[in-house]
Amino acid sequence: MDNRHNDRLTIEGGVRAAIPHDSARKHVSGEATYTDDIPVPDGTLYAAIGISTHAHARITSLDLVPVASAPGVVAVLTAADVPGHNDVGPILQDETIFADGVVEYAGQSIFAVAARTIEQARRAARRAIVEYERREPVLTIDAALAAERFVLPSRTIRRGNPQASLAAAPHRLRGTLEMGGQDHFYLEGQVALAIPQEDGDMMIYSSTQHPTDVQRQVGRVLGLRVNAVTVEVRRMGGGFGGKESQAALFASVAALLANVTGRPVSLCLDRDDDMIMTGKRHEFHITYDVGFDDDGLIRGIELVMASRCGMSADLSGPVNDRAMFHADNAYYLENVSITSHRLKTNTVSNTAFRGFGGPQGMMGIEWVIDEIARHLGKDPLEVRKRNLYGDTERNVTPYEMTIEDNILHQLIEDLERSSDYQARRAAIHEFNATSPVLKRGIALTPVKFGISFTATHLNQAGALLHVFTDGSVHLNHAGTEMGQGVMTNVAQIVAEELQLDIDRIKITATNTGKVPNTSASAASATTDMNGAAAADAARTIKRRLIDVAVERFRVEPSQVAFRRNEVVIGDRVMPFEELVSLAHAARVQLSATGFYRTPKIHYDAERLRGRPFYYFAYGAAVSEVVIDTLTGEYMFPRVDILHDAGNPINAAIALGQVEGGFIQGMGWLTTEELYWDEEGRLMTHAPSTYKIPACGDTPPDFRVTLLESGQNREDVVYRSKAVGEPPLMLAISTFHAIKDAVASVGDYRLSPRLSAPATPERVLLAVEELRARLAARLVQLQPIEVH
Amino acid sequence: MSQQIPISVNVNGTLYERAVEPRLLLSDFLRHELELTGTHVGCEHGVCGACTVLLDGDAVRSCLLFAVQVDGHGLVTVEGLAPDASSDRLHPLQEAFREAHGLQCGFCTPGFLMTLVAFLEENPHPSEREIREVISGHLCRCTGYQSIVEATKIAARRSA
Ligand code: FES
Ligand code: FES
Repeated sequence: MDNRHNDRLTIEGGVRAAIPHDSARKHVSGEATYTDDIPVPDGTLYAAIGISTHAHARITSLDLVPVASAPGVVAVLTAADVPGHNDVGPILQDETIFADGVVEYAGQSIFAVAARTIEQARRAARRAIVEYERREPVLTIDAALAAERFVLPSRTIRRGNPQASLAAAPHRLRGTLEMGGQDHFYLEGQVALAIPQEDGDMMIYSSTQHPTDVQRQVGRVLGLRVNAVTVEVRRMGGGFGGKESQAALFASVAALLANVTGRPVSLCLDRDDDMIMTGKRHEFHITYDVGFDDDGLIRGIELVMASRCGMSADLSGPVNDRAMFHADNAYYLENVSITSHRLKTNTVSNTAFRGFGGPQGMMGIEWVIDEIARHLGKDPLEVRKRNLYGDTERNVTPYEMTIEDNILHQLIEDLERSSDYQARRAAIHEFNATSPVLKRGIALTPVKFGISFTATHLNQAGALLHVFTDGSVHLNHAGTEMGQGVMTNVAQIVAEELQLDIDRIKITATNTGKVPNTSASAASATTDMNGAAAADAARTIKRRLIDVAVERFRVEPSQVAFRRNEVVIGDRVMPFEELVSLAHAARVQLSATGFYRTPKIHYDAERLRGRPFYYFAYGAAVSEVVIDTLTGEYMFPRVDILHDAGNPINAAIALGQVEGGFIQGMGWLTTEELYWDEEGRLMTHAPSTYKIPACGDTPPDFRVTLLESGQNREDVVYRSKAVGEPPLMLAISTFHAIKDAVASVGDYRLSPRLSAPATPERVLLAVEELRARLAARLVQLQPIEVH
Repeated sequence: MSQQIPISVNVNGTLYERAVEPRLLLSDFLRHELELTGTHVGCEHGVCGACTVLLDGDAVRSCLLFAVQVDGHGLVTVEGLAPDASSDRLHPLQEAFREAHGLQCGFCTPGFLMTLVAFLEENPHPSEREIREVISGHLCRCTGYQSIVEATKIAARRSA
């Protein structure tokens, strides 16, 4: 073939093209429509929710007369007014829409009001007179453990004989790592618009990652069949897991009010209410007992993970399962037991958050490895490498999945070299020896993250493709857009399949009426699954078009080829739309559905054994920090990342996920501190008190590289790899870099006591605690002089 | 019913005359009264910067102002950034954000753009440090900011 024609024949925006986000132009011009921007019909009402001020109490009296009589108020609803089920629990039915007699967290919804303006609604909601009989709240992990309050039964994974191995190991360490939760802080808060339809049906526009869940829940709440509810979302202003199960409550409230008033109802939370009312990343305490040899090789380990689930189960079951599945991170644990406690507390029910328990599981083992290294006086990196999974042996996880795609040995080596880890570590030690106030630290940590929903049945996706007679394409699928670029990725896949320029592919809002029974956009697999489903639909259309060409022009199927906006049929070439028109004239269907289910996975949920993941995503990061030992403040001058995104559909989008995920993870482990008072009221419910990273907190020297040789060894669409969640856990290196810097205060002889998030305050306390311990030890070692 | 106060304000070159409640936030005025929904509200606390608009050329947070305070003044919102609404052309900063992936969910984008437009006007050749500093007054939960810094550098270079 003539090479000069290559460019002319390459489609715009196919697979591997690093094109801008499909909505980028609308984002920068202000035209992108978010749920709250949808023009509302005349007569639309605005809703507000009245919430509990107590973490645990019985409602002894609820006087809503002042609410109902407030200016502009049209309707007020309580539990008694719910025609269907008063429940929004996504898995278990243990979470009410409106509290019925008892409140179980401060911020729990008690009633809702619809008024003519949003101001009127919010003001009216504050006028309720609620009397409570206070009950003792159980707020912390320790208190819930002591009281044995669980939302779900505890689980254990065991392999080998950890007890005996612990007893026989040359060294043994015990301890606990505590880590806090995290608020999603999507820039766009929770919002829903419900519009009543004929026959009592309901149309819902919801900022949700899980339209099907909203659809089912609204149906249950209104007592309608699922087919009477339609949910649509074009885009979210961020989700991160916080709009997976959490959106259902707000959509349900809007739907209930719309149902009773017969008018459209918009419900848009303000930031404070959003932070108070919605679930967060689970707080964890991980207790360990580890035995190891002189090289730091783990011989046996027992891990007990206790998580604060809040007042209901929500998604805590699968979140904690995933924490257990990542308690090994990248390391072979031959004799191991992992126990998980899912604790019930009088706090908001915690939920999905990018990583879904994985980050907490990984933090535990990374901390343990770091402790082992400090105990033995070794570089933690050496101990990490010592314990890595092997390629062909030592490659079975505690849950009995064989790892077939491990690339970490090479990846870590490459990063160690490209980041100049060894030389920089030596320089840091030198610097610390002579720097009394500023101390530097460095850490390299790896990530191995399992891709797939652990609940096997969720690993399915659907797509719907129409081709019109002008050759343009309408694309719909189950994925929802929250900024992660799934719409762009999937459109690129369809463009590639059909060999059409991407501007011919119309991306459309996710809608339960087009693709039904969908899974949430979650578990990082949205592009994997929906891309494959859309490709399936495109191939169906292509097959039909080929049949038309074969019949009409008497050629072999192999003589029909699609190339940029054209079809080659034998020795003739015709525009794509011409063949489409011929197909239409021949009465051939130009609409197709596509479907995908992830192969190979299986999993025994009772025994927690099997292959819950189709494959693993890998990466590693080196973070360097400098801390001020007088104030606890710190900054990260440099971070190096090497991440495996497989062969990405769109490398620019993948890169954005790595950078953004890392910074979000850094926020979790450094500055983002959730604080509840003794009565269980969240004190950090606005960006003024809850600090997510700003640009000034990010490393000025940030070197992010996607692994060039990246290839998914499994047959994932175009050999790409999921990249939504895994990079978040690269930030575990920031925490351990801080720990390394603190350790330098004691000349690396003692291991710091630090918990996450490592706020400046905690860093300062860790420095002082370490100094105190050091002083105590020096006193002990000195012969005591007796006068 | 509280009293309504008449205001007249020039937004993106169009003069609007409206009667508003004294406590109506400028952000709500823009979004609900004028239906200029490109101005986003992320916190209503003056912290996130998503609601930033230009008031007589200065970047201000519209969630911290009342509509009555801008009576007689001129505003530019993200919808007014492009040089010519009838054409497809974008402001160089918009173009740079688009092509350099300075956004993911895009919710924070209008705010960043408005602050940076005013900033680059005053300081057309900023150092990376200065860019990082001015951006630090805005929150983005998606990008990790690297691509935003990059896009700003590109825009500055182009207009140089
Ligand atoms: S909405 Fe105005 S600063 Fe956040
Ligand atoms: S792009 Fe989503 S908040 Fe900035």
